[in-house]
Amino acid sequence: MMKLGKKDILGIREMSVDDINLILETAESFLEISTRDIKKVPTLRGKSVINLFYEASTRTRTSFEIAGKRLSADTINISASTSSVVKGETLIDTARNLEAMNPDIIVIRHSAAGAPHLLAGLVSQSIINAGDGAHEHPSQALLDMMTIKAKKGKIAGLKIALVGDILHSRVARSNIYGLSKMGAQVVVAGPATMLPRDIEQMGVKAYTKLEDAIAEADVVMMLRIQLERQKQNIFPSLREYAQHYCLNRKNIKLAKDDVIVMHPGPMNRGVEISPDIADDTNYSVILDQVNNGVAVRMALLYLLSGGNE
Amino acid sequence: MKLLLKGARVIDPAQKIDTRMDVLIEDGKIAACEARIKATPNTKVIDLTGMIIAPGLIDMHTHLREPGLEYKETIATGSAAAVAGGFTSIACMPNTEPVNDNRSITEFIRRKASEANLANVYPIGAISADSEGKKLTEFWDLKEAGIIALSDDGKPVMDAALMRRAMEYASSLSLPVIQHCEDKNLSAGGLMNEGYYATILGLPGIPAIAEDVMVGRDILIAEYTRTQVHIAHVSTAGAVRLIRDAKARGLNVTAETAPHYFTLTDKSLQDFDTSYKVSPPLRSEADVAAIKEGLTDGTLDAIACDHAPHGRTDKEVEFEYAANGISGLETSLGLSLNLVHDGVLSLSELIAKMSCNPARILRLDKGTLACGADADITVINPDLPWTVDVKAFHSRGKNSPFHGRSLKGRAVLTIVGGDIKYNGLAEKP
Repeated sequence: MMKLGKKDILGIREMSVDDINLILETAESFLEISTRDIKKVPTLRGKSVINLFYEASTRTRTSFEIAGKRLSADTINISASTSSVVKGETLIDTARNLEAMNPDIIVIRHSAAGAPHLLAGLVSQSIINAGDGAHEHPSQALLDMMTIKAKKGKIAGLKIALVGDILHSRVARSNIYGLSKMGAQVVVAGPATMLPRDIEQMGVKAYTKLEDAIAEADVVMMLRIQLERQKQNIFPSLREYAQHYCLNRKNIKLAKDDVIVMHPGPMNRGVEISPDIADDTNYSVILDQVNNGVAVRMALLYLLSGGNE
Repeated sequence: MKLLLKGARVIDPAQKIDTRMDVLIEDGKIAACEARIKATPNTKVIDLTGMIIAPGLIDMHTHLREPGLEYKETIATGSAAAVAGGFTSIACMPNTEPVNDNRSITEFIRRKASEANLANVYPIGAISADSEGKKLTEFWDLKEAGIIALSDDGKPVMDAALMRRAMEYASSLSLPVIQHCEDKNLSAGGLMNEGYYATILGLPGIPAIAEDVMVGRDILIAEYTRTQVHIAHVSTAGAVRLIRDAKARGLNVTAETAPHYFTLTDKSLQDFDTSYKVSPPLRSEADVAAIKEGLTDGTLDAIACDHAPHGRTDKEVEFEYAANGISGLETSLGLSLNLVHDGVLSLSELIAKMSCNPARILRLDKGTLACGADADITVINPDLPWTVDVKAFHSRGKNSPFHGRSLKGRAVLTIVGGDIKYNGLAEKP
């Protein structure tokens, strides 16, 4: 019997390689469902999944919702707001109320790192972290691993470059853990202001120049630049950032010929990635990521609901 | 009524005494301290064989929360926590609501403390009105009302010119100025020490230099103005180095650290446990080692609790929104005794840092067992094993990351002005 080692999916840091492989294999087997005429199987009929989103999200929430519906689970979306200043209901009270309604799985996104961990310690239901602050975004890393595996046939031994605002990126952290566990060589790049202190202790090489990081890379993952970071003087302007950290036709030649380009979305075209690279299916696997995302989330919901017990 | 304490090892660093003696207390004062004192009628005798008699411990950095935040702590509950932790005197920071920036608040605190009638409570006044860092408070009036030092506590004075004026003006009144050193621009948005653990947790970092920069600045101001400054809760290796250099150059700089800064590192935050969230944040192993060195070589004069009690609602939230602080009065001595068990400090050195040095810095006529001194005495059983249990805290703040920790040694008898205010002699571990 294959079963996940843990009740919750809080991060890739604490996830075993066995669990990663189980999730990826399960997700691969679910891909076919989304190609059917009737895109629904009865597997999770009678189960309920709550998507508790404290932070705006289109892609991830839709992906979890579709994943639940394709497995016939009842999915409920809650858009909540949170603030340290305005005292509303606490996360703990919200959690206890939701728990009392007996859902099977709670998917949470929150701007505060560690919020899913707080929830997991309180309620008996399984918690899936759909992104917490700059901490982790495990389902994103899993769908990225699934995409790399599908395109390259393996993850071990590949050189994978993550470029952009590593400091504020939960996608980067989850991928650094996941890809390293799966045997890839991970490098990161960005201006020094975007490289968190002691990042090398996570087992990655860090560069301040895009060109150094993507040289001979098998996979290049570009991260979204958030405009509001400009206020913190992390970078002076989008113009200057784009001049030095935008993946384009010229610098991509430094990578391996069969390099694939990934982006967790939403993209800033012309800032971190040039439109012609983003749309060039010789490189870009961005829409495969989105497609695989549904399968990965189906696998998570399925396995947490008891899986193939 | 006289009180005779018999058979203990008496340690009084102020008089360089460390020997077995009897101590006689009469009319609230130390009447005699001799090898053998005979009990006369009307004398209550307490046998303290195997115990240590120390001058009453003084905590120079406490938050009592009253007025305004009584759900976290009151002056009465904080005083009860103090004597239970072995403290006969505590100095309370002005960050109440309203801030202790005027005579009426100071008088209120003193009245409440006298009603509680447990520990001596010494209010610290705010440097600036509402601790906003803009306009000096009336130091003179505050001093007459009873403050013993000045600080804007967790809202450090960012304006160097205001800090200069505060230190100069305070020097003319012989009032010590205490600074929580944190450059608010460098620490902005930060939630924990900047380093590997902040990086993996995705929590915004507070760099060590946020502390160091202000320590350096205030040392320079003290040097230039020929005044005094006391650095609160030192947490970084850089600050220890700067203070050591300043002392070597003969400047009037003193400093304290808190037990969590020599006991815990930022690794403790791995599970987002908010009980470890403090300001300044828990630092790296290298910083902890430097703090211990600073204690050993005398760079750090005092150990202060930075007692910061909070209600459950302040801590049982997302890490980002959780309040900073540890309820420390009842664990400080036990944690600090580990320094003795580990050979970092001698018992006499530890007592100096928790009693006579704080008294000297705050210019209190306390911290000694000399004949005629106020009979403020802490009796310590240095080997008593016990387990921290927040449910047994006298403080309203049950926020302690040390809950469940086994410690060796604690206060078993606390005497303030000749009266027994806490008696744990009968308690079984």
